[in-house]
Amino acid sequence: MNKRSVLIGLGIIVAVVIPFLPLLLWSVSDQWFYPALLPQQFGLRGWQYIMTTAGQQITEGLVQSTSLALVTTCCSLLVALPAARALGLYSFPGKKLIGLFLLLPIIVPPLCVSMGYHLWFIRIGLAETFAGVVMAHLTFCLPYTIFVLWGVFTDYNPDFEYQARSLGASPIQVLINVTLPMILPGICIAALFSFLLSWSQYLSTLIIGGGRLLTLPILLFALMDSGDRPVAAAVSLVFVIPALFALVANAHFLGRQGMTGVR
Amino acid sequence: MFSPVAEDETRTRTIETGHLLLLLTPALLIILVLFGGGLLLGTLQALSSQPFTEKNALTFAHFTAVLADPDFATSFALTLYIATVSTLVAVIASVVVAISLVRCSAGNRVLNFFLQIPLTVPHLVIAISLLLLLAPTGILSRLCSFLGISKGAASFPLLVNDPYAIGILLTYIWKEIPFITFMILAVLKNSGNELNEVGRTLRANSWQRFRHITLPLIAPSLGAAGFIVFAFTFGAFEVPYLLGRTYPMVLPVWAYKNYTDIDLMARPEGIAIGLIIAAIATCSLLLSQGLMQLARRQREYPGE
Repeated sequence: MNKRSVLIGLGIIVAVVIPFLPLLLWSVSDQWFYPALLPQQFGLRGWQYIMTTAGQQITEGLVQSTSLALVTTCCSLLVALPAARALGLYSFPGKKLIGLFLLLPIIVPPLCVSMGYHLWFIRIGLAETFAGVVMAHLTFCLPYTIFVLWGVFTDYNPDFEYQARSLGASPIQVLINVTLPMILPGICIAALFSFLLSWSQYLSTLIIGGGRLLTLPILLFALMDSGDRPVAAAVSLVFVIPALFALVANAHFLGRQGMTGVR
Repeated sequence: MFSPVAEDETRTRTIETGHLLLLLTPALLIILVLFGGGLLLGTLQALSSQPFTEKNALTFAHFTAVLADPDFATSFALTLYIATVSTLVAVIASVVVAISLVRCSAGNRVLNFFLQIPLTVPHLVIAISLLLLLAPTGILSRLCSFLGISKGAASFPLLVNDPYAIGILLTYIWKEIPFITFMILAVLKNSGNELNEVGRTLRANSWQRFRHITLPLIAPSLGAAGFIVFAFTFGAFEVPYLLGRTYPMVLPVWAYKNYTDIDLMARPEGIAIGLIIAAIATCSLLLSQGLMQLARRQREYPGE
């Protein structure tokens, strides 16, 4: 490793870490007037507030965000796996067009689509419901999941499935003992990806949820408007921690492959 | 082709139509109903004269009202500026980072981990943290006055809610560099170092090796990643809402403001702006597809 790559490596680490400093400092400051470089008084008022006074709301936000992201991810995986298999393994007429259509929601912002079906969701009673928001998130989580799994299936060799079949395995056994273990790293990446997308979604949750579904991003936006910096900083950290935890858990499992394709 | 993999013409595995339909139908149905339906219903609302009453007539009035608004041009220019600059900077930085990461495989695991962190941080959180860092009373300004570089909040340059959208650009660049880097790292790792060694034995200098070996290798995934980032930043709401100025607004913020206006008649105009954003994103996708095909043809049959 030469000097230049050490420098670039250090640069990356510093650039990644710096934005966490203001959040950490603000979350443990009780008094921090300009132009003091460090808080005049350290304290845990921000953390106490979100543990006690706003504790119930934050917990509900965490539960709401997590369950939304989990349900969305499961639905995306269930629907995306077969479609990605078809796109990644086989050639068929119209494949380009179908692929383009399935991936188009990646580049069309969720805002445009959510505004479009909002009125329709109100009429059929899906607005302000959990199911309605899952459907809103699914609109763009599904295409991203297909995008990741399509890549996974192009490197996949289905001949192993035929071998297992010829040895007498049932289709279910093939699925559980051959197919799933082979594509598991890919499924983990796709799942993490879809989870994070749903987890950090603000606007489509607000439009379809109508302020009824208080996810963490919605609480955080409200806090920023109220201008209480220590509390907003603490909630921001709460918002990051589960995803970071998932990353650490995944880092060991995925190894060098990392999270290609996740944003 | 906008797909996660380069086109593979040799793939000839076929499948029965019935089985194929079984695999594809659920996904197609969901995208058709939710995405296609959303766009269609949006179009219907944006085209109707009084969308919330019974007496309805088709009209282009809302679209013409938006396009004729003098604010449209300024909003469009600001949105295009933010999306273009942040994508370009992120693309160039990602190429540098990815190539240096491939070269120094020793520190890879640690760096890989750190580089993955921004992927997990929601845009909203990084926007808030940059607000606390870059605002006139933010930490950077405190540091500058501590070191005697600036004299207090008033003399500190405006970095958020500023005309050049510095805060917004930095947020996007911080967030998108790892995304693009990992997309091209996958290609670089799979391709190995042999081609570069061949280039070296043929006495190509490092710029020539980059221009004629590495760049053509990563171009398809670099293009796809860059395009996804561009389309995302063009249509994103949270970051410009928090870090942008109140005037001019970027197109998504303007659309949302109109959509939630107390005046119900502003609603179809909000949807019309949303559809214009969707149309711009789709058109630029088709355009970049066409350009890529043209470039490929030029490479295969030069001088045609």
